[in-house]
Amino acid sequence: MTRFSIFSLARNALSGHRQWPRTWRDAAPREAYDVVIVGGGGHGLATAYYLAKVHGITNVAVIEKAWIGGGNAGRNTTIIRSNYGLDGNTPFYEWSMKLWEGLEQDLNYNAMISQRGVLNLYHSDGQRDAFARRGNAMRLHGVDADLLDQTDVRRLAPFLNFDHARFPIMGGLLQRRGGTARHDAVVWGYARGASDRGVDIIQNCELTGFIRDADGAIVGVETTRGTIRANKVGVAVAGNSSRVAALAGLRLPIESHVLQAFVSEALKPVIPGVITFGAGHFYISQSDKGGLVFGGDIDGYNSYASRGNLPTVEDVCEGGMALMPMIGRARLLRSWGGIVDMSMDGSPIIDRSPIDGLYLNAGWCYGGFKATPASGWAFAHLLATGQPHETAAAYRLDRFATGHLIDEKGQGAQPNLH
Amino acid sequence: MRISCPYCGDRDAHEFVHRGDAAPRRPTSDDGFYDYVYLRDNIAGPMREHWYHAQGCRNWIVVARDTRNHQMSGAVLAREASR
Repeated sequence: MTRFSIFSLARNALSGHRQWPRTWRDAAPREAYDVVIVGGGGHGLATAYYLAKVHGITNVAVIEKAWIGGGNAGRNTTIIRSNYGLDGNTPFYEWSMKLWEGLEQDLNYNAMISQRGVLNLYHSDGQRDAFARRGNAMRLHGVDADLLDQTDVRRLAPFLNFDHARFPIMGGLLQRRGGTARHDAVVWGYARGASDRGVDIIQNCELTGFIRDADGAIVGVETTRGTIRANKVGVAVAGNSSRVAALAGLRLPIESHVLQAFVSEALKPVIPGVITFGAGHFYISQSDKGGLVFGGDIDGYNSYASRGNLPTVEDVCEGGMALMPMIGRARLLRSWGGIVDMSMDGSPIIDRSPIDGLYLNAGWCYGGFKATPASGWAFAHLLATGQPHETAAAYRLDRFATGHLIDEKGQGAQPNLH
Repeated sequence: MRISCPYCGDRDAHEFVHRGDAAPRRPTSDDGFYDYVYLRDNIAGPMREHWYHAQGCRNWIVVARDTRNHQMSGAVLAREASR
């Protein structure tokens, strides 16, 4: 592997940047692997990378139906944070945050990780108490959290609409280590790291079925590029988890919904970090190119359409205008929709399935991006050792039957509310 | 997206609240409750689903919609669908 450095940059500058090697090998499928990972998004590639790096399992294929990074990895709003309040979640997302912090050095790849801070605003006494409680839960787990009053928030973001008649901004919960990362670079960096360690990344290779042995265990996959045998199959296809599981005869506690995101024309730097509106559902940051990147609720009904509808566009823009009226003059450049796995309690599933040989990584709701490194780490651990990783032990498939739900928002079994 | 309410006619989806797949039936014993509450077919294709016309006639309706492209192919009042 060519290591990226100031010297490789200078050397390639002298040859007109025409000598850079390919980032990863575009592999053709072989007959058999130790592990086949279905889904070449951030989670699947991170899993392959940590399987190779941490567990030394390099006889691995990642199959992707289109091109890597073309699904949800390219459709999110790039926010990274670990401000979760429940025991099942906090250690996992904090482990993800720690991996983010060392990711560029680990991968030798510039993922443009920018710890600009994530500020959740509160607008009532009750909400302040809830945020104080969440901040305390985070600090008990060693995660940074600062409860700010209105004066502090004014100093950070003086442009906010503090005197809104219905939702005055009273303060916020700030995680300074939160921020953003470049989503494409995360995918490319993991692909490069995995490929260099021997993992085959196979694009344009769609799963069409599973191969079962006499006992019913899964021993491989049928794909549009032929049959691939495998000792273990890991599924990381958020958005399509139910469809893939159905090929194995499984029903999951998951619904697919569309989540829209938006980007404005490029502006000079105006928004210092990530800011979320606590009264509605709106979150915004500014990309390094200058575009305001923002989003809000999911559209609220089952969808595989990868496009949303106008009521949600209106709702998100209303949230933005209520929070920072100054963005009303910015033109919307584009919007897009991603299909997300909404689980029934709002939390993910990283577990073995009831079928031998089949492992599930699913149900990320709309929070999968920030989880990418820890998801890959925990899923690789599960695939390699057969045991759940300590930070992801709560993400069991049977928690819905046993009552051990991780309902961070307290909404009950209604996916469109999480 | 517009939904054709059997009582009010074609209306903006904004007026409705979605309540998901209309297929699950409340079980008569405790056994089926995990399936009923949590498991979903999560169909990619034509699906029958419950919508509540909250800002209209307040009827519960069953809408047939293709989840791949949002195309509607009919709606009936839920009380008629359950007969």
